[in-house]
Amino acid sequence: ILHSRPLHTTQQCLAPLPPLPEKGGEVRHGLIPEEFFQFLYPKTGVTGPYMLGTGLLLYLLSKEIYVVNHETVAGACILSIIIYGIKKYGADVAAFADRLNEEKIAKVAAVKNEAIKDLETAIEEEKKEQWRVEGRSYLFDAKRNNIAMLLEANYRERLLMVYNEVKKRLDYQVAMQNLKRQKEQDHMIQWVEKNVVQSITPQQQKESIAKCILDLKALSKSAQAAV
Amino acid sequence: GPLSERRLMDVRLGELPTWLATRDISPQGLLGGVQKAWSSYHDKYINVRRGGPAGISMLLAGYCLLSYGWNYQHISKISFLLSL
Repeated sequence: ILHSRPLHTTQQCLAPLPPLPEKGGEVRHGLIPEEFFQFLYPKTGVTGPYMLGTGLLLYLLSKEIYVVNHETVAGACILSIIIYGIKKYGADVAAFADRLNEEKIAKVAAVKNEAIKDLETAIEEEKKEQWRVEGRSYLFDAKRNNIAMLLEANYRERLLMVYNEVKKRLDYQVAMQNLKRQKEQDHMIQWVEKNVVQSITPQQQKESIAKCILDLKALSKSAQAAV
Repeated sequence: GPLSERRLMDVRLGELPTWLATRDISPQGLLGGVQKAWSSYHDKYINVRRGGPAGISMLLAGYCLLSYGWNYQHISKISFLLSL
């Protein structure tokens, strides 16, 4: 099936709709539009339509095209009451209706303002994000610095460990040498003492003891003399 | 402009029959015409910010006249006039 009707021919009207006209068409006496009076003005002047109306009314009444019966009276009473009501309470009702309208408009305008404010804050945030993006390079520089520091610290830590380990091994060697020398010394001293003690014969022992006693006696004599 | 595109108020009295012949008389055309007339009346007198009694009063007056015209035969009979 071919659709011959062209679609979307006119421009899509998205702009805000034109506002409602302020006042309606002019109407005289609430019944007859102003255009009628303007239509008759060039030929008959100002009183033309009224003369036409009067003549028409008299013609209808005289020719009994409009029959006067009970409904005429009823209609006249109702009409007078309506006109009296409109004249007295018209302004109040109009103000009430205007207030309702204004409330509606205010609610919708509030929604619109809310939306505008939200969008404006969104724009602000967006600009801030754009400004933040400019600082990207600084971020990467800081990260690079951090990593370099980490590497440096790690390197130094390992260097320290190496130094400590090497020192420990060297200390061990030094301690070993010291221990060896000390042991050799001790062993030598012991061996020499043992040999010396062995070489002291009993006779020599007796002679050395006698000499010691003689020395002691001499000493005691000199000490007594001194006192 | 050409006769078929002018509005009713711009047509002169002598050209009225030919103008009526050029209008769209089919049901859709009539319906479209009625719709256009109603919407133009509505936009002019009812769909405004501060309307007055004019909007509905003209409709009510038209209804009164129309119903009087429909009941004229019945009202004008002598039996109806004497029964009140």
